[in-house]
Formats: sequence, structure tokens, C-alpha cells
Amino acid sequence: MLDFLKKSDFFKPFFRREGSGATARERLRLVLLSDHLSLAPDVVDALKAELFAVLSKYVDIDPQHAEVTFEMREREVAMLASVPILAVRNDRPSAPRPPAPPATRVRRRKRKGAVQTKLVPTSMGNSAQA
Amino acid sequence: MSGQGGGARRIVITSGKGGVGKTTTTANVGAALAMRGHKVVLVDTDIGLRNLDLVMGVEKRIVFDLVEVVEGRCQLRQALIRDKRFESLQMLPAAQTREKTAVSEEQMDKLIGDLAKTADFVLIDCPAGIEHGFRNAIAGAREAIVVTTPEVSAIRDADRVVGKLRDRGTPFQLIVNRIRPEMVKSGEMMSVEDVSEILGGVILGVIPEDEEVIDTTNRGEPLVLDEAHRLAAIYGKIARRLEGEVVPLTDLEAPSFFSRLFALWKAG
Amino acid sequence: MRAFETTPVESTTEGQAAAATLGRAIVITSGKGGVGKTTTTANVGTALAALGKRVVLVDADVGLRNLDIVLGLENRVRYHLLDVIEGNVGLDDALVRDKRSENLYLLAAAQAREKEDVDTAEMMNLMEQLRERFEYVLIDCPAGIETGFRNAIAGAQHAIIVCTPEVSAVRDADRVVGLLPNGWSPELIVNRLRPALVKKGKMLSVEDVNAILRLPLLGVIPDEPGVIVSTNKGEPIALDENSAIGAAFRAIAGRIVGEDRGEVSTTTPEPGFFTKLGALFGGRA
Repeated sequence: MLDFLKKSDFFKPFFRREGSGATARERLRLVLLSDHLSLAPDVVDALKAELFAVLSKYVDIDPQHAEVTFEMREREVAMLASVPILAVRNDRPSAPRPPAPPATRVRRRKRKGAVQTKLVPTSMGNSAQA
Repeated sequence: MSGQGGGARRIVITSGKGGVGKTTTTANVGAALAMRGHKVVLVDTDIGLRNLDLVMGVEKRIVFDLVEVVEGRCQLRQALIRDKRFESLQMLPAAQTREKTAVSEEQMDKLIGDLAKTADFVLIDCPAGIEHGFRNAIAGAREAIVVTTPEVSAIRDADRVVGKLRDRGTPFQLIVNRIRPEMVKSGEMMSVEDVSEILGGVILGVIPEDEEVIDTTNRGEPLVLDEAHRLAAIYGKIARRLEGEVVPLTDLEAPSFFSRLFALWKAG
Repeated sequence: MRAFETTPVESTTEGQAAAATLGRAIVITSGKGGVGKTTTTANVGTALAALGKRVVLVDADVGLRNLDIVLGLENRVRYHLLDVIEGNVGLDDALVRDKRSENLYLLAAAQAREKEDVDTAEMMNLMEQLRERFEYVLIDCPAGIETGFRNAIAGAQHAIIVCTPEVSAVRDADRVVGLLPNGWSPELIVNRLRPALVKKGKMLSVEDVNAILRLPLLGVIPDEPGVIVSTNKGEPIALDENSAIGAAFRAIAGRIVGEDRGEVSTTTPEPGFFTKLGALFGGRA
């Protein structure tokens, strides 16, 4: 009976948590990111994987609960990573930090045991150039 | 108002995607501004696929067009069609049997500049797409209204246009058209907040879906002429916001349950 | 850019045999934007594939692509039409297979390029290559009648005109029909019909539209907000057994393959009271 109620269009609104509007919003976010950066979505996935791998050299992280999102700004796209840290590694490599690439500002702040990384490409307009 | 010294506002109405309501917006915002006493010129730049004349109901009165003006085959004032309902509203039609490449960006900029000398607002109706016709339409503008609907493809296209406007340094405001409050409420449509968050930019207006729009286009009478119509007030507010007045956004809460039930019963 | 997985297309002996009889390349066009070209391309293609046909959908809207979004394939697009034309990748690398159907492929448009970048002769070549491998090549044409339009029709032999019952759409459709090559006999799809408005005299009827366009009628599609939901999700509505729009698209596919030869009804069923009641509660029809 409950199953029937859930399937019926009439009662759907009472059971639905998030409609297709939310799906649309998330799909747009991702597709615009790849439009802007001319990055294919699978490249974004690879970026995430490598980011986690680098973080894992220094700290034990929980990739299952990590969130990497991208946000449209006035003139640029920002990458926001929220990665839960489980423990600090004792065997971390001695060479601490490679220099950041010139076109990217990197800001880091600690909050509630999570690393917040912000990568802001300095000149990224809305129109993607191939 | 600001008619002296070519100080008119030169605003392009654009979207990327077609069929989201550029022409309807141009006609109604233009008429609303004229109703508020401004001298307004509407320019159809969709050479080959003109439609602003139909929406304004002046299609039978076209003698000369934009391309003929640019080519010097007639005077600008000969091509302008004065609206029969408002003294201060005029329209420059596009050519129907020519190509968009018949006009250059420089020519368009000069033409809009000429129109701006004697008007308060020049509203430029842009063709769909981002080809030559789009480049021409934005060439004469100093600011833009980006019209979009709360749909994935419309927003993606609007984003491309916003990027091109930003590259050019042209400021823009957004009109979110055809919103269906009841679908937003049920989560099946993106909200105005979603759209403005994704595209950036200030919201100039939010216009609900209304089946009367098709009917008014059929008849060639912009909706704002019917002052009792709920959209007339919304376009009026858009006109006031363009003047610089701070007008809170229209409350687009879904109509009450009982009014909807009543509408349903009435519709049979 | 590296390929994470390949999406090969059957190019076996079967493919070779099919080369003898080239597939049909059909352009879906309208003049006016926003009348439903992309939705039609996605859904007719999906319905044709469901009938067992090998189908490729080509997005010719360089710079403003959306067919990937409507099909829900935007995350799988790595290369595009211009990559193929310019020889950066092979056709097999650029074809994206549909999530739901083994017979359906997408060739996406470039998003960060201009329509003027496409060479018409190369486009014709590419369409011919596709016709060797697919039974149906559906080309989603951009709005307008500029370069993008000319390139989209270049490789096709047949056109479907999509029009809504609105004066401006009919006028633009009429203009486009006049620009198609001599000898073509385009067919008409009337989209977004609202029978209730037609009845009240507030919308042109299919007969009104076709009194002007005078084209063979391929299908009539009702207006329902369900289409917005399906685009939101990237799931073509043609697969929805309960949708009147889905049924209309399946009927069109049937007519294209020649299964359905009956006369096209010039109206669509009214949404039932309960559908409307559902819409009242949930905004869905």
C-alpha cells in the first residue's frame, strides 16, 4: 500500500524530498564548470583523486565524506574542498611544500578538523577558450 | 528625461537560447517605459527572422527597414514606425529578406548612437545564438538584459552570453521568465535564487508563466496594455527598476490552494 | 586529454554491409529558437533506438550545445564534432554511447568554439561517414538561419520542421522551409499544443498552422510541464510509458520507420482531471 502511495503521482509531493529542480541545479554546476575550464568531467574526477592522494601523504583523510565543490564567482571559478581529517600522519614526507604555480593563489585554513582548500584561478572569465 | 546629447540608455535584450522571451520582453518593457512617459525606440536586429513587428502589431505598416537605413537608402525617421497606442514609442524593424551579415558591428553601433540622440531608452532585441547577429546586437549596447527561463539548457546558454558580456565589459541584469511557482515549490523547477546564484548578476525581474502571452502575441498587443493583467504590474516594476528605483521583487508565491482549486474547477 | 574508457561502435562486417545502403540523415530545424528542436532530436532518436534502429544524434549547435544535457550525457562528452573534423581524434573516440540504449550514440558540438569554425564540405563528409554506420543520423540544428543553420543542413537529405502554434514560430518556420534545398519535402511536427487554449480560440490550431506551412504532418505533441522535469534529470520523456508526450514521440518514430502509416491526429488528449489534480498538489502534470 505504501509502495502504491509512493508510486502514485497524486501522493508524490508528500513523499518527495528533493525534486528534479535540485538535480538540474547540480548538473548545471558541473557542466558549467567544465564549460568554463574546458575540462571534461572525468578530468575533474581525476583531479579530485589526485588531490586526495596528495593530502593522504600528510594526513589520514576520509575520502568517503570529503566534498569537493566548485563555485561560480563574479569572474572566476573557485574550487572548495572540505576533507575530514582522521589523524595526522607521523611518517609524513620531509620535503614540506612545493611552490605553488604562479597563476594560482592557494589559501588554506583549518576549521573543525577539516582542511579547507581554495584554489582560485586568477583570470578565468565565463567564456571558455579552447 | 535623459534625451539630450545622446545620453539615452542603450540596452540589448539577449539570451543565447531562442524562445525564452526576448522579443516579448522587449515589447512589454518598452511599452511599460513608454507608459511611464519615456521616449523609447525598439530595434529588431533579427535580420531574416524578424518578429518584434508581429508582437507589436505593426507588421502591416513596415515601409523601410534597418538594413535600408544602414545602406543609406532611406532616412532613419522614414523607417521608424510610431506606435498607435503610445506617442513616445517607436520601432525600427529588421529586414526580412536579407542576411545578418548585411550590417557590420560599426554600422550598428553608429545606428544605435543616432537613435540614442532623440530617445530616453533604446531597447535592442537580439537574435538567438551567438553568431554575427548577436555580435551586431550587442555592438550598439552599453548595458544588457539577459532573459532566461529556469531550465538547464536556457541557463547554460545564458551563461555563455554572460561570459561574452563580461569579456566586453557590458553590465547586465537578469530577467527570469516563465517561472512556475507551483513547480518551484514542489521542487520540480529551479528557483530564481538558483538561477541568479549560477549566473551571477542582479535580478531585474521575475515573470511567471502565463498562457495569455501567446494570445497577446496572436493579436499583436503587448500584455502591458491590459493594466488589469497581473503581468502588466510586473513589467511596470521592471520599468521602474530600470529608472533606478528600488522596487522589491514581486512575491511569486504560488497562488493559494483555494484559488488554484477554483481555477481547476473553472477550467473544467 | 586522456581517454578513460573507449566507446567503440560496431564496425564489423555488419557495418560494412550497411555501407552499401547509406542511412538517412535528417536535420531537425525550426528557424525560431526554443520551440523544441533539441527535445525532439533527443526523443525521436531515443524512440528510434528503442525500435531497434542504429541511431546517431549530432549536435550542430557549436558554442551553445544542449543535446548532451537533454540526454543526460554531459559527463561523458570528451571530444566533439570539431575534434573529428579537424582530425584531433577518430570518430570512435568522439561518439558517446547512450546510457540506456546500445543503439544510440551522440556526437556533441564544441562548446568553446564558433559556428564559423566548421567547414561545410568537412561537415558533409562527416555526415556521410555517419550514414555508413548508422541507419538514422538526426542533426540538431541551431536556431536562426546563419552559418550554423547552413552547416547543419549541409549533410542532410531530409528535414523535420518543428513549430509551435504561435505566429512568430510559424513565420520563422515558413522562412526556413523556403531556405531548404529544392527537392526536399520537409515534414512538420507541431509542438506544445494546448487543446484547451485552441478550443477557447486563444491558440492557433494544427490546421491553422498547416494552412500556412502546408507540410506533411509527422506528429503533434502536447504541452506538459513533464518535459521540464525530464530535461532537469536528463532522461528523455520518450521512455516514459505514462506520458502523452512520450507516446507522441514514439508515434513519430513509428512513422519515420514506416511502421505507422495512419493519419496523424491534429489534436492531443486533454490532461485528465486527476493529472491536473496531481499538478495542483505537486506541480506535475
